[in-house]
Amino acid sequence: MKPAPFEYHAPVSLEQALELKAQSGEDAKLLAGGQSLVPAMNFRVVQPGVLIDLNRVSELSYIREEKKAIRVGAMARERHLEFDPVIEKRAPLLHEAVPFIAHPQIRNRGTIGGSLVHADPAAELPVLMLALNARMKAKNISRERWIEAKDFFVGMFTTALEPDEILVEIEIPFMPPRAGWSFMEVAPRAGDYALMGVAAQVTLDEAGKCKEARLVYLNAGEGPLEAREATQLLEGEPPNDILIEETAALASEKEINPFGNVHASAEFQRHLAKVLTKRTLQQAIQRAGELQ
Amino acid sequence: MTQPISITLTVNEQEYTREVEPRMLLSDFLRHELGLTGTHVGCEHGVCGACTILFDGESMRSCLIFAVQADGHAITTVEGLAKDKDNLHPLQQSFWEAHGLQCGYCTPGILMSMIPFLKQNPDPTEEEIRHALSGNLCRCTGYQHIVDAVKLASEKMK
Ligand SMILES: Cc1cc2nc3c(=O)[nH]c(=O)nc-3n(C[C@H](O)[C@H](O)[C@H](O)COP(=O)(O)OP(=O)(O)OC[C@H]3O[C@@H](n4cnc5c(N)ncnc54)[C@H](O)[C@@H]3O)c2cc1C
Ligand code: FES
Ligand code: FES
Repeated sequence: MKPAPFEYHAPVSLEQALELKAQSGEDAKLLAGGQSLVPAMNFRVVQPGVLIDLNRVSELSYIREEKKAIRVGAMARERHLEFDPVIEKRAPLLHEAVPFIAHPQIRNRGTIGGSLVHADPAAELPVLMLALNARMKAKNISRERWIEAKDFFVGMFTTALEPDEILVEIEIPFMPPRAGWSFMEVAPRAGDYALMGVAAQVTLDEAGKCKEARLVYLNAGEGPLEAREATQLLEGEPPNDILIEETAALASEKEINPFGNVHASAEFQRHLAKVLTKRTLQQAIQRAGELQ
Repeated sequence: MTQPISITLTVNEQEYTREVEPRMLLSDFLRHELGLTGTHVGCEHGVCGACTILFDGESMRSCLIFAVQADGHAITTVEGLAKDKDNLHPLQQSFWEAHGLQCGYCTPGILMSMIPFLKQNPDPTEEEIRHALSGNLCRCTGYQHIVDAVKLASEKMK
């Protein structure tokens, strides 16, 4: 199958890309890694009249360490995130989870910006951005604005971006002190979209009580899904197995909303969520303790 | 600009200049414009891995890249591995010796995935090899002999 014809532009600066986006309106699509867009075009599910290729906009491809946060350009490849020493040190949760995204051949091309804007509920990066409290910088020809991860993902394959906006940068805060992390998922084969996945980050206080806990799930609703009620059971308490059990039960039975698919019923997804929640919490708490 | 665009790229160390429609996939460009039919096409949505090539040395799906995007870049296809038919690349030689293929449909994509893998992991375990093969589907072999072939290649290429 071949994609329908389109007008092709390959801007070399962000300014040019923004101008093209402003001129060409809603019929224009941005092309990042193409690992989600091109399959859709090959099947003609998507038929943009204009394609604005961001691959020559080199100013959007970077990973930078600042005082309290990492800044990542929207065109940074998933493979770059995987091997970046700053990310390994400052956002170990992200470092641990990126290898679960597809295969190296896909990560060599796929970008962080493309994955976030695609907003697949089964994708890892949106879940991680929510768990890490990241924020996204969106730009159009006349202004820029920051959008918190919790406001960015608004539904199935839908974000808060306006049609004339380009996602240009992602800001990821450093992992706080005394925090531990864990990411686990279950997929039919390595590299496949997961049936269920959980990102956990737990911060302890000086006395070893849980100061903050975050649990974010993939494939558990219309977008990345955070279990806020469940983590409140842990917060303020010294973590123990009974609390972890209760947290996992509440999150998996009440808070998440998996739809089920050909590989797994919703019930099985809830079962996986429960098991993975327990395991990720245990690992995150253990790591937080080790780092004290 | 749905009309053809002129591109110049390097494929297997040879430079080509061609006019291409923007919607032409790199996989089709290699096969139909350059006659390099070693790059196979299975699914055209990134899943099977048969079309895997090297793009500036990194393995990628040629079915998910437009030929116009390869302008100015260097592509390596399976045809670029062997010097001639009597001098197979050690990876190819290993697939031959270890029976790493049956129909051969998946083989070019697997070879082009394993070249950078073995460069990064010169002494891989079976577990690592199996993981690295997960992005390439084979409908014939059951993978066992492919794993053996990659292991053999890692020894030959040391
Ligand atoms: C076989 C296969 C397996 C995969 N498995 C997984 C997996 O397990 N987990 C996972 O998370 N993903 C998986 N993916 C998807 C992969 O991670 C994609 O790379 C990613 O979802 C999209 O990123 P991209 O850069 O390729 O974006 P593209 O496909 O180029 O774009 C996706 C969408 O985002 C828009 N867009 C891109 N960049 C911007 C920007 N800067 N501003 C505004 N809009 C923009 C595009 O217009 C398009 O609508 C898989 C893909 C394949 C082919
Ligand atoms: S044809 Fe490209 S991955 Fe299947
Ligand atoms: S040998 Fe036939 S598909 Fe792999």
